[in-house]
Amino acid sequence: MRAAVIRFPGSNCDQDCHFVLREFGFDTDFLWHKETSAAGYDLIVLPGGFSYGDYLRCGAIARFSPVMKSIVEQASKGVLVLGICNGFQILCESGLLPGALIRNRDMHFICEHVSLRVENTANPFLSTSEVGRVLRVPIAHGEGNYIADTETLRALNAENRVLVRYCDGAGRVTPEANPNGATENIAGICNAQRNVFGLMPHPERACDGALLSTDGRAVFESLVATLGKSRAA
Amino acid sequence: MKAKVIVMPKLSILDPQGVAVREAMRHHGLPGVKSVRVGKMLEVEVDGADEAKLHEICRDLLSNPVVEDYELVLEK
Repeated sequence: MRAAVIRFPGSNCDQDCHFVLREFGFDTDFLWHKETSAAGYDLIVLPGGFSYGDYLRCGAIARFSPVMKSIVEQASKGVLVLGICNGFQILCESGLLPGALIRNRDMHFICEHVSLRVENTANPFLSTSEVGRVLRVPIAHGEGNYIADTETLRALNAENRVLVRYCDGAGRVTPEANPNGATENIAGICNAQRNVFGLMPHPERACDGALLSTDGRAVFESLVATLGKSRAA
Repeated sequence: MKAKVIVMPKLSILDPQGVAVREAMRHHGLPGVKSVRVGKMLEVEVDGADEAKLHEICRDLLSNPVVEDYELVLEK
C-alpha cells in the first residue's frame, strides 16, 4: 500500500498524517505541491494546515498547484483521496467535492474534541465502522461551516454521501452539537464515486492513546481493509 | 489599465462576519443598523486589456461562485 501526503506551503498536519499512515503500514511519501505527478499511489492525502496562508479563501490558491492537476486525474481513475481540514477546503475549491466551507457561525477559530456520527459505511473510508457509531475526534478550524445549494444537499443525502455529521455524545444530530454552523451538521462528505472523502475533523490526531481519543483509527483501519482487499482481488 | 474587483458573499449565504460587524455597530450606538455584509475589494493594475481573461480569473480564482459574486470595474 502506497500513500502520498501532499505538502503545500503552509501545510502543518503533514507530519501527523505521515506518522499515522506509516503506523498503519503504508509506504508513505511526502509530495511537494510543485510535483507534476501524483501517480503510483493507492491513497493521496491532502493534510490540514493553512496552505498559502489562507489568502483569498482557504484552499483557493492551493487548488491551482501543479500537483492538483494530477490528483484530479488520479481521482478520476479511482485512486482514494482523503482531504482533512484544509485538505477538505482544497477539495471543495478544486471541484472534486461540491459545496464550500465558510467562516464558522460564531467567527471563532475552534480547537476542541467533537462527536461525529458515522452516517454511512458503504465507502472505503469508514467501511469497518458502523452506522450510528459516535467517534470522538478533534476539530481545529476557523472556516468549517459547510454550505451548498439545495440541489447539492439533496443529492448528497439521496446518495448517502454525507459520511459524518456533528452530534452529541449520544449520537443525536442536534443544532446544539453543531460547532461551526455547518449546514445539516455536515462534517464530511464523499464524491459520487465514493473514492474522494473530505472532512473538517482530524482523524489523524485521534490515533494514539496519548491524544485523548483513538477513534480516528476507524478511518485508517477502513483504508487498510479496503486496499488490502483490492490487492488480494 | 486599472481594474477593481469587488467580491461579495451571495445574498442567500449567511455572512457571519457581516452579522458580527452589525452587532458591533449596534453596540456603538446605532441600533437601527439592519444589515452589514463584508466582502473584499481588489485593486489590479495590468498591462493590456484582456477583459475576457480578467472575468475568467475573477470567476475561477478571485471569487468562489458557490458562495460569492464578483463585480469587475474597469478604469481605463
